[in-house]
Amino acid sequence: MRYEAPETMKAAAQMLAKAKGAAFVLAGGTDLLVKLKSGMIEPDLVIDIKRTKGAYDIKKTATGFAIGAAVSGAQLGEDRVLKKAWPGVVEAANLIGSKQVQGRCTMSGNLCNGSPAADSVPALFAAGAKVALAGPTGKRTIPIEQVPTGPGRTSLRKGEIIEQILLPKRPPKSGDAYLRFIPRTEMDIAVVSAGVNIVLDAKGTVKEARIALGAVAPTVLLVADAAKAIVGTKLDDAALEKLGAACAAACRPIDDKRGTIEFRTKVAAVLARRAAKIAYSRAGGQ
Amino acid sequence: MSIKVSTTINDDTVDFVCDESESLLDALRNRIGLTGAKEGCGTGDCGACSVTVDGRLVCSCLVLAAEAEGSKIETIEGMANGNELHPLQRKFIEHAALQCGICTPGFLIAARALLKKNPDPSEEEIRFGLAGNLCRCTGYDKIVRAVQDAAREMRGA
Ligand SMILES: Cc1cc2nc3c(=O)[nH]c(=O)nc-3n(C[C@H](O)[C@H](O)[C@H](O)COP(=O)(O)OP(=O)(O)OC[C@H]3O[C@@H](n4cnc5c(N)ncnc54)[C@H](O)[C@@H]3O)c2cc1C
Ligand code: FES
Ligand code: FES
Repeated sequence: MRYEAPETMKAAAQMLAKAKGAAFVLAGGTDLLVKLKSGMIEPDLVIDIKRTKGAYDIKKTATGFAIGAAVSGAQLGEDRVLKKAWPGVVEAANLIGSKQVQGRCTMSGNLCNGSPAADSVPALFAAGAKVALAGPTGKRTIPIEQVPTGPGRTSLRKGEIIEQILLPKRPPKSGDAYLRFIPRTEMDIAVVSAGVNIVLDAKGTVKEARIALGAVAPTVLLVADAAKAIVGTKLDDAALEKLGAACAAACRPIDDKRGTIEFRTKVAAVLARRAAKIAYSRAGGQ
Repeated sequence: MSIKVSTTINDDTVDFVCDESESLLDALRNRIGLTGAKEGCGTGDCGACSVTVDGRLVCSCLVLAAEAEGSKIETIEGMANGNELHPLQRKFIEHAALQCGICTPGFLIAARALLKKNPDPSEEEIRFGLAGNLCRCTGYDKIVRAVQDAAREMRGA
């Protein structure tokens, strides 16, 4: 195995594009190293992107926030401005693993690892995040929901690397939240999870909403019908009921030792309703 | 293939050669002779291998030694000041917060990182803060008490 730590994303992307054999991007390594050591993967080349320019930057831009690909969970949690603007996203990222894992894990890695139970991903879907990709021949930006295509799979082309995760600017009267169900209190993989982002109008009526579910389908799901169910309402009980029903209808979970289909479907509706209430009150709704 | 890595470990300059796929934990233990960090699981679950890299608490089993190039690493071997134990180390002994001791270096490094961020943690905050460290012997209560007591002393309360 060869280890490279290029200084620019462009160089990293070109290296990745040219690589013969199995080549992997390395961010925090909390998924990749586990796979490497268990023999699940046998890389010929590992490209560490933590030394690329701007990899650790959290930038406030004209259009929102740009989060570098190496920014760790711990670093996100320490950024007061980001946490105030996107509490749901930061909460979700901070649920990943232990304090030790937080010291390394990144949202880009969480996304590219491709787990339908990845904690930061439903929150990023709900936030309407985009990803800025560096490729061997140039850059492109795509909506985050276009990235995962199945368990462990993404739509990234050969040589493409996430350079930044882009969060939109917060409109006034808006808020987000993320909740997951795990049988323990920490250090566990989500059995079901839900991320909600809400924008209110001046009167406190829901103007826009995005609702995403984790661990109930091969990829994280954006549930448009659940968002539709609450737009134009003040999140009264009838609207919450409809939101829950739309979430339950969207679930296509697996049955395993961690949760049955019935359980996951029911809990998805409950968590989405609860997360919506938190997002609503964070947006200033009453 | 092997690779040369230059680091600062517990304030000493340490250069070593290792395999490109070797973990920082293996390099610390097998190349540098710092055997305080332990391998419990090798998969990030037990925290026995905890060290800090550039001030961040990490599992050294999930870091490649090659990634540590130019970094400042702190391990359990640097925790005492000569013969003078760190308050956490003293309190772990006083409260009998260890039995077999294999988890102890990891707990101490993680507890020090916790108290740096939060000098006055509640019991719940300590339990959450140390959730990445597993102990099969003590049942955790004594560890929590030792950390609380050390925190009190370190705050001068
Ligand atoms: C003990 C433990 C507990 C965990 N708990 C949780 C949990 O509670 N919730 C959860 O969601 N996850 C959990 N995880 C999984 C893991 O920590 C997360 O998925 C983490 O966010 C991965 O980020 P990373 O930077 O470490 O990724 P890496 O391991 O560096 O990379 C993961 C994958 O993404 C690719 N990749 C990384 N960065 C990029 C990029 N910029 N562009 C393109 N591809 C890229 C890599 O090639 C690799 O395939 C846990 C892991 C451990 C070891
Ligand atoms: S040996 Fe590293 S976490 Fe268990
Ligand atoms: S004292 Fe034995 S594992 Fe903790």
